[in-house]
Amino acid sequence: MQKQMGKQTLVFNNVFVKEGFSVAGPKEKHGLLGDCFDFCLDDDKFGEKSFEKAECKMFKFAIDGVLNKANLQPDQIETMLGGDLLNQIVSVSFAMRAYNSSFLGLYNACGTFAESLLVGSCLIDGGYKNNIVCISGSHFSTAERQYRYPLELGVLRSPVTQWTATGSGASILSKDKMGAICQITKGVAGRVVDLGIKDVNNMGAAMAPAACDTIVQFFNDTNEKIQNYDAVFTGDLGKLGKKILTDLLKDNDLCFEDKLFDCGAMLYKQEQQTFQGGSGAACSAIVFNSFILNKFKEKQYKKILLAGTGALLSPLTSFQGESVPCIAHCLEVCSCC
Amino acid sequence: MLLNIAKAFLMGGFICMLGQLVINFTHLTNGKILVMFLIIGAILQGFGLYQPLIDVFGAGASVPISGFGCSLVNGALDGIRAEGFFGAIKGGLQATAPGIATAIIFGYINALLFRPRTKKK
Amino acid sequence: MKEIKNINTKEIIEQSKIKSYKNDVKKTPYMDYVFNVSPKSSHFKNLFWAYFVGGLICALGQIIIDLLVQNGIEDKVASVFASCILVALAACATGLGIYDKLGRFAGAGSTVPITGFSNAMVAPAIEFRSEGMIYGLGAKMFTVAGPVVVNGVVISCAIAIIHLLLGV
Repeated sequence: MQKQMGKQTLVFNNVFVKEGFSVAGPKEKHGLLGDCFDFCLDDDKFGEKSFEKAECKMFKFAIDGVLNKANLQPDQIETMLGGDLLNQIVSVSFAMRAYNSSFLGLYNACGTFAESLLVGSCLIDGGYKNNIVCISGSHFSTAERQYRYPLELGVLRSPVTQWTATGSGASILSKDKMGAICQITKGVAGRVVDLGIKDVNNMGAAMAPAACDTIVQFFNDTNEKIQNYDAVFTGDLGKLGKKILTDLLKDNDLCFEDKLFDCGAMLYKQEQQTFQGGSGAACSAIVFNSFILNKFKEKQYKKILLAGTGALLSPLTSFQGESVPCIAHCLEVCSCC
Repeated sequence: MLLNIAKAFLMGGFICMLGQLVINFTHLTNGKILVMFLIIGAILQGFGLYQPLIDVFGAGASVPISGFGCSLVNGALDGIRAEGFFGAIKGGLQATAPGIATAIIFGYINALLFRPRTKKK
Repeated sequence: MKEIKNINTKEIIEQSKIKSYKNDVKKTPYMDYVFNVSPKSSHFKNLFWAYFVGGLICALGQIIIDLLVQNGIEDKVASVFASCILVALAACATGLGIYDKLGRFAGAGSTVPITGFSNAMVAPAIEFRSEGMIYGLGAKMFTVAGPVVVNGVVISCAIAIIHLLLGV
């Protein structure tokens, strides 16, 4: 059976998304997609002592939630894949102490969720595993203090900044078609693209070319037509990044018009003052596991693209004057029948 | 007294506005802005130009961080007059020690009393 | 947002790609493109609030100085004392979560006065308290404000020595 198309596109035949579960923070609860999420925190600390512990608990909560929803026992999950934004991906790793499954920690910044779906699909389609949990997420307060400033420091935010979303999303991938919501059929692992953007506030602009590169590669490899897709979701480009991506794609003769959505840009309302919208690994994870899967359940979507974008920087590299290299992974998700 | 306050408001506001101009055009971070204004204040006072501003505008010139730079230099210069080379080393911190110590002590107390809060906006 | 016509972004991207591991590129065509499409901060609003808030903080300082002088405290001492009071007030405002809200719209108006220095010390102290009293609170207190003290001491010492050498 054909496993690859063109240069970079992988083809999957038996990868099904069984169930998804999303946990969102209080700000996301009051945002545009507030009603979609399975569970919303009322308080960022989630009853824990520190924000890091809260993030860890959020991941555990999402895994337990998705297992419960899919009626699976923890020992039926062979492998868990995932990552978060903190140094040494501690939050997910620490959450894994509670489970007996094998664990592969992944990091592609905000594109981690797409990456975990991609790796998970390979493992399942290769016949190595039957059930896999993919998990990713981020927390505003932990990311803010690692990447930017302490919370109580008074700073004027630049109008190009985005707001790190709080939340975590978990999906179960399975090779069993029974009761599946949708199916992952193709995937592109992206290349690192760096166009020299040094402004760490302007992540959308830095990531847009990477998203463009991967999406263009996908359409070149597969010769698919845009009309066949109901929607194209990007990870966390924000409003500005989405606008730039639209321009970039147009020059590559790909015009999605109103089919292009950005998970980060669709999270918040205008009056929540997030400027360009959401960012962070949580964006694609929670939007995929709530909004997108719901649309598949309601049979409104037949075929979509999900391009998770990530800015691969650390505070250290930006102090050393490095630019921001970015990556995007793209997945084609279809309804089952 | 009202005249003093008005003068302080005008000058202080002006210095802060200059800072905001720099931020708007260069997107420098907080720490860099603080250091920049401190150095500007210190160099101006090195030529003896900042103290006159403080004499005229009072708190308008002494409260911005450039005033802090000015008092550092004043302290170091006083130290030289009193003790020579050794005074240059200890004078600056000596003059500004009350401010720094207050920040440390109140910072410590506040860190014991409060937890960081997530931003809503 | 400004619309840019007749620019082929495909070429811009090709010219901007950074391939070598030595990233010493000063400016790429893509950076110019992004600069043009990015929304700009509202200068007038930012400058107004910086002026207003910065001015108010300085005016408050002047009120404290005047009150102290009226109560028979020497001019020079009053000035130092007023600074300390402002620093203490700002530290408490930071702890109560007020100062970061002020900074949200005031920008440099809350950064440049001595209160901003205080905020820059207290905010990390509160934030990193969870990493313990020594490596958290103690060490991180100076992450933002440390450079101010370091640079201040170095430059004041340098200026003083220049004065000494020139015999002013």
